[in-house]
Amino acid sequence: MVIVFQTKPSILANGAVAGPLEKKSVFYSYFDSIVEDERWNQKTNEQGHSKMILEACEIVMKKADIKNTDVDYFLSGDLVNQMTPTNFAARDLAIPFIGLFSACATSISSIIVASLLTELGASQLSVAGASSQHNAIERQFRYPNYYGGQKPATAQWTVTAAGYALVGKHNPEYPSVVAATIGKVVDYGDTNPFHMGGAMAPAAFETITTHLKQRNQKFHDYDLIMTGDLGKIGLQILKTMFVQSGIKQDELQLLRDAGAEFYGEDQAFLAGASGAGCSAAVYYSYIIQQLKTGRFKRVLLCATGSLLSPLSFQQGESIPCTAHAIELTME
Amino acid sequence: MEQEQYKTLEQQVTPPTPYLKNAIKAFIVGGIICTIGHAITYFYIIFFDFTEKTVGNPTVSTMIFLSMLLTGFGLYKKLGQFAGAGSAVPVTGFGNAVISAAIEHRTEGVVLGIGGNIFKLAGSVILFGVASAFFVALIKLILVSIGVAQW
Repeated sequence: MVIVFQTKPSILANGAVAGPLEKKSVFYSYFDSIVEDERWNQKTNEQGHSKMILEACEIVMKKADIKNTDVDYFLSGDLVNQMTPTNFAARDLAIPFIGLFSACATSISSIIVASLLTELGASQLSVAGASSQHNAIERQFRYPNYYGGQKPATAQWTVTAAGYALVGKHNPEYPSVVAATIGKVVDYGDTNPFHMGGAMAPAAFETITTHLKQRNQKFHDYDLIMTGDLGKIGLQILKTMFVQSGIKQDELQLLRDAGAEFYGEDQAFLAGASGAGCSAAVYYSYIIQQLKTGRFKRVLLCATGSLLSPLSFQQGESIPCTAHAIELTME
Repeated sequence: MEQEQYKTLEQQVTPPTPYLKNAIKAFIVGGIICTIGHAITYFYIIFFDFTEKTVGNPTVSTMIFLSMLLTGFGLYKKLGQFAGAGSAVPVTGFGNAVISAAIEHRTEGVVLGIGGNIFKLAGSVILFGVASAFFVALIKLILVSIGVAQW
């Protein structure tokens, strides 16, 4: 369903932090901070994950020159079981908090909820976003980090990064959320956890198509349509789906994917980047900055998430996927 | 779009798995690992008091020790991505599966973390290895009893 925001909540500040390997990212220069230690000098990956979230939120609040007591809501999620890294960060932040899980699409679903609360008048300022930490996620969803298994060319690399945004009342100097689409859960029967792009592409297709149709828009109404973490192969599948539905080649150039571009052409990362932190860090650094500088006037951000668990795919269940989108404009 | 249609589209776009290339890489790397193992076997036989029958245990221990070092330094993971089955099938791959799980679960404590999870990946190898050894031995016992084969 498409939501049109009458009050056009704005993204008043943004912040992204990333781990050491993310120096290889093409978006590296847009991140606010890079930490040399993947664990943020903590004892465990999960504690490091939590610390990363805190740091990103602190950057956001510092940029807006506010304190945690000025923020009404903290809306966020990650991929670890029961989202403990985010829950623990919320404990330290001491801001009223709702944990959200849309897998890697949490980067967008959190902004949608924040915008709704703002539109309702319940929130003056909300911090929203998502994050992922490579080691903490890999060990949960796949094998131990030091295990020498061979990954296929379709596999993606979970990034260590966090991206957060401060959502508040409309301010023409900042990018504004004008509309959003909450996606359905789509399942085309994919069962391969090493080919998430293939499982998620139909969800992105469904959400983008719905958004454009209900908003009565075309690809050319946007300067950019960016999916979250389909990866190189997933993006190719999505493009093929759009070609089959009659979208022309020049329009397709507007379609990009954060995960496919994240690590550039580096072959070591196979099909590209993934994780809730991938889309969040790219959206709430690079995209917001490009909007602010006026390079983009209208963008559609569509983050995808695969809603599986290690248990569900071992039990032979297919991988249901979702995609949520927001339309951002800059006046 | 129907599920079947999508599957066809997905398969067209997804690059096929290079089975032959993977098999060749696995053959070469697996062969090198086994050659190193054999060199160690000769080393123990020539320089120490081991026979061909008793040299197995020290050789396996040495190979697993080397695998441990490579795993700890994060090198076995890189080797595994290149070699696939070539580095997974030899005993070093078994060592890697055990040690990587132990490193991973260190944060949950020595007993519940390492103790409870060390055979998380290798456990099935042990179970099915022991079970198949039992059945193979049983078949041989029957064959020997009826006089078809000899021990």
